[in-house]
Amino acid sequence: MKAVSPGKGKKAKTDSTEESWNLRLYVTDQTSKSITAFANLKKICEEHLAGKYRIEVIDLLKNPRLAKRDQIIAIPTLVRELPEPLKKIIGDLADTERVLVGLDIRPVSG
Amino acid sequence: MGIALDSQRCWEVTMVKAKHAVDVLEKCPTGIRGLDEITKGGLPRGRSTLICGGAGSGKTLFAMEFLMRGAMDYGEPGVFMTFEETAEDLAKNFVSLGFDLPDMMSCGLIATDHVKIERNEVEETGEYDLEGLFIRLGDAIDSIGAKRVVLDTIEVLFSGLSNATILRAELRRLFHWLKDRGVTAIVTGESGDKLLTRYGLEEYVADCVILLDFRIEEQISTRRLRIVKYRGSSHGSDEYSFLIDETGLSILPITSLGLDYPVSTERISTGVPKLDTMLDGKGFYRGSTILVSGTAGTGRTSLAATFADAACLRGERCLYFAFEESPSQIIRNMGSIGMDLARWVKKGLLKFHSARPSLYGLEMHLVTFHRGIEEFNPQVFIVDPISNLSAAGTASEVKSILTRLIDYLKMKKISTFLTDLTHFGVSLERTSEERSSLIALIDTWLLLRDIELNGERNRGLYILKSRGMAHSNQIHEFLLTNQGIALIDIYTGSGEVLTGSARAVQQAEEKASELIRRLAADGRLRVQESKKEALEAKIAALRAEFDAESEELHSMAEEERKRQAVLAEDRLEMAHLRK
Repeated sequence: MKAVSPGKGKKAKTDSTEESWNLRLYVTDQTSKSITAFANLKKICEEHLAGKYRIEVIDLLKNPRLAKRDQIIAIPTLVRELPEPLKKIIGDLADTERVLVGLDIRPVSG
Repeated sequence: MGIALDSQRCWEVTMVKAKHAVDVLEKCPTGIRGLDEITKGGLPRGRSTLICGGAGSGKTLFAMEFLMRGAMDYGEPGVFMTFEETAEDLAKNFVSLGFDLPDMMSCGLIATDHVKIERNEVEETGEYDLEGLFIRLGDAIDSIGAKRVVLDTIEVLFSGLSNATILRAELRRLFHWLKDRGVTAIVTGESGDKLLTRYGLEEYVADCVILLDFRIEEQISTRRLRIVKYRGSSHGSDEYSFLIDETGLSILPITSLGLDYPVSTERISTGVPKLDTMLDGKGFYRGSTILVSGTAGTGRTSLAATFADAACLRGERCLYFAFEESPSQIIRNMGSIGMDLARWVKKGLLKFHSARPSLYGLEMHLVTFHRGIEEFNPQVFIVDPISNLSAAGTASEVKSILTRLIDYLKMKKISTFLTDLTHFGVSLERTSEERSSLIALIDTWLLLRDIELNGERNRGLYILKSRGMAHSNQIHEFLLTNQGIALIDIYTGSGEVLTGSARAVQQAEEKASELIRRLAADGRLRVQESKKEALEAKIAALRAEFDAESEELHSMAEEERKRQAVLAEDRLEMAHLRK
């Protein structure tokens, strides 16, 4: 499990009026789809959720039980834990539009 | 010619190889009653079998029983992956078949996983695969060392995920993966309009396909099973009836297709001594099939019950299927003719089964018969009456059912007694025409007939046929007395056939004249007696006279002797004096 916070060493800006996003990406080790998904996710987060997101990567090959617990069948799957409600997206996140709609992110204009 | 020879040899080698392939196909016994017989051993081991059918046809229950019996009877743990039901619903379904799922799970024999797919939750944003599914399934299999897997019903993935291409590719991969894992899998699928399943699962699961059918015809539900395909194995290709109840599925077993049953020469009593006499003095053959036809109220049930009673007296078990009267009614009625059936029920020798035949389909009846026979293992089997069964199906269906039933009974050497209700006024020819196929299976056919004469109705019994023995061709009057059934010779008197009160009158007359003759004879005897007495009196008198005379003679002789003695004495004295 790896947790990635925005920028190394940078202090995360916490604005009390802004929400905090907890995202979980389910992958299987280093398959190409998994790597692509992670890269795409980081890009989207940096662009639209700068400073208020947290990504957790779960490798199901290392933790197979979590697949059952969290009802994961497709790889990769991205789960938005916070803010509620829970949302699930499957695929390598190549289609940014879809990802934004799926995560219900208001795109940063410009 | 070299090439031709080669191809010939190639062909031969291929045939040998093919035969071997058939022989070595290993089968996985299901433990489902009847299924292992029709599949000749069970489902293909290490492969996937598709069970398809409409809603409510029993696919899930079939799959459950496969898993449960695998765990309980064969020690093979199994994984149940459900795409539709929650864990609680699953447990409830298992309970309905008498299986304790939580218990099996805690023993590590069954593992379950409920896969939830909700379309609105998910947005497909690019390439993906279903590795998550594989991981879950693999984990479940490894956790208990499963040898059997159920996927019920994987088609739900099609309605949850929109990328059919990915889905199909992954399904193909899944079945290969299952084969590599060496598990025997059952996959269920809903019936489609044009294809066997709605999403064409049969394309991937090609080793064995079984179709379940559930339909309601005229308010009677029937279940049928058919093996559509079984690669590498011969199998019964008919439609088989089955039923589902609290012990699981029951599929009708195959009965002997040939006519080669074992026959017995042993004879058993009918329960009516006179009837035994009419049947060559010995009664029915053991293992034979007997039919009693009769109009309402003629005593068919009494005959059946008497036969049951006789069997129980011999210590044999009797299974009695009553389709007209309730068992308690039968017991009570038989009590009035001197039979105590309750004691046999108590001893466990007599078992009743009763139902209204129109309540179930024909196949259900047949399966119920089979199960009753298997569980109770009787030597005698009675169905009273079979006529109601005709109401539950077409003529050809009834014929098929009865043929298979009788086949089965003969194989098991069970003596069978069937009663049949015929209609008053219908001729014997018409009855035998309607029942011709049944009658061909019957060994002994008895007919209870009303005899109407002089405004009176009495019952007569005759033996229409009894294979393998000489039998009486005389009608006998059939009476229900308080000591059981009595068969009386039809009174021939002065050459006439008489029954009922006419017979009674004739008998009374005969008795009267008999009495008179006896009285006359008595009179003559008395006269003779008095003569004898008179004679004896005379003799006594003569004797008395004789005795008196003898007495007199005796005393005279005595006197003479005395006189002679005195004279002798005097003479002696005188001689003395004369000196």
